[in-house]
Amino acid sequence: MKSCLVVDDSKVIRKVARHILETLNFSVDEAEDGRQALSRIETKMPDVVLLDWNMPVMSGMEFLRTLRQQDFDVQPKVVFCTTENDAAHIRAAIEAGADEYVMKPFDRETLESKLQIVGVA
Amino acid sequence: MEVSDVSSRILAGLLETRTGQQLTMSRRWRIETALGGLMRDRGITSMDQLITALVAGREPWLAGEVVDALLNNETFFFRDRAAFDLVLKGALPRLQRSREAEKKISIWCAGCSTGQEAYSLAMSFLDERVRWQGWKIDILATDVSRTAIERAREGVYSQLEVQRGLSVLQMMRWFTDEEGQQWRISKQLRDMVRFDVHNLTEAPPKGRFDVILCRNVLLYFSEATRTAVFQRLAEASAPDGYLMLGAGETIIGHGSDFVIDPDNRGLYIRNAVQQPAPLSGLA
Repeated sequence: MKSCLVVDDSKVIRKVARHILETLNFSVDEAEDGRQALSRIETKMPDVVLLDWNMPVMSGMEFLRTLRQQDFDVQPKVVFCTTENDAAHIRAAIEAGADEYVMKPFDRETLESKLQIVGVA
Repeated sequence: MEVSDVSSRILAGLLETRTGQQLTMSRRWRIETALGGLMRDRGITSMDQLITALVAGREPWLAGEVVDALLNNETFFFRDRAAFDLVLKGALPRLQRSREAEKKISIWCAGCSTGQEAYSLAMSFLDERVRWQGWKIDILATDVSRTAIERAREGVYSQLEVQRGLSVLQMMRWFTDEEGQQWRISKQLRDMVRFDVHNLTEAPPKGRFDVILCRNVLLYFSEATRTAVFQRLAEASAPDGYLMLGAGETIIGHGSDFVIDPDNRGLYIRNAVQQPAPLSGLA
């Protein structure tokens, strides 16, 4: 079973993402911001991180940059999942090391196809 | 808004006459949702009022709009990646060898809806432009819905549509973002695909197609119409052409014009031994 860490300050989005991911046979962990996500990763490395952009304490972008600087044996795939949906934001995310990008709102098929593209579903 | 049996039957008859598609009981639950927007736009307040207007026939455009609204235009880029891989990695390499002399490949996306599958193929060719240097790639995409074809030609997709099936890199490479969370496909891709309105129950478009995609359309036809459409597709296919159907659709039980490709299970190839039977029952 693959694992996914959902990082989003919205409880509703985490709940929706969890539901979709569990139907896709993922084990799901949650974090409310980037700092909490880094703590989660220290204890258990997920296969993929579903990452919001705007969050309190530590944004998705800060989290991603910090994550990619770490010397882990294996880095998780990172899929941004955000309402920042213009080309400039997407380009910045890719340059910072994101593997995929989902623009909210999204549906099950979209998320599934993105997870397939990064090779975890 | 209640849809009575009589209304359902009238709508089903209209759809089948215009497109060959059936409005089976399992699809009737959609009628209300499918027609809601059209009725609001046209100031029609009840199903009875709509049916009366259709039967009276005073507004000829109305029947066309109703049929368009009833069609299921669900599609997305690279729908069923595994199936696309069969075409890209199975059929096309073989065709590239057998068409080496003429350096031309013709593809027909039959029932293309709003164009995503046709554009997916075009993207695949452009992604491998070195390999296809000097080749003429002709992609024809047709659908019975004029509205869908107009949207396909325009090549503008919503945020939800553009990210269904495409990687972010493909999206950024082939689309530009516009106002209102819309994404416009590149001119280069639009120039690669010819779109046209066509009814699958009528004579096929001119040409001999090396690959025909007819996906998630045939399931809406009756058995008899489906068999006749397979004959139309065979008529349009090159003698060694390929046919790709939707997941869950099969040629089995509909004649021997195509057979399973043993090297690419999931694809069908034209059965060159079997010539198409004379058509009957269709215009």
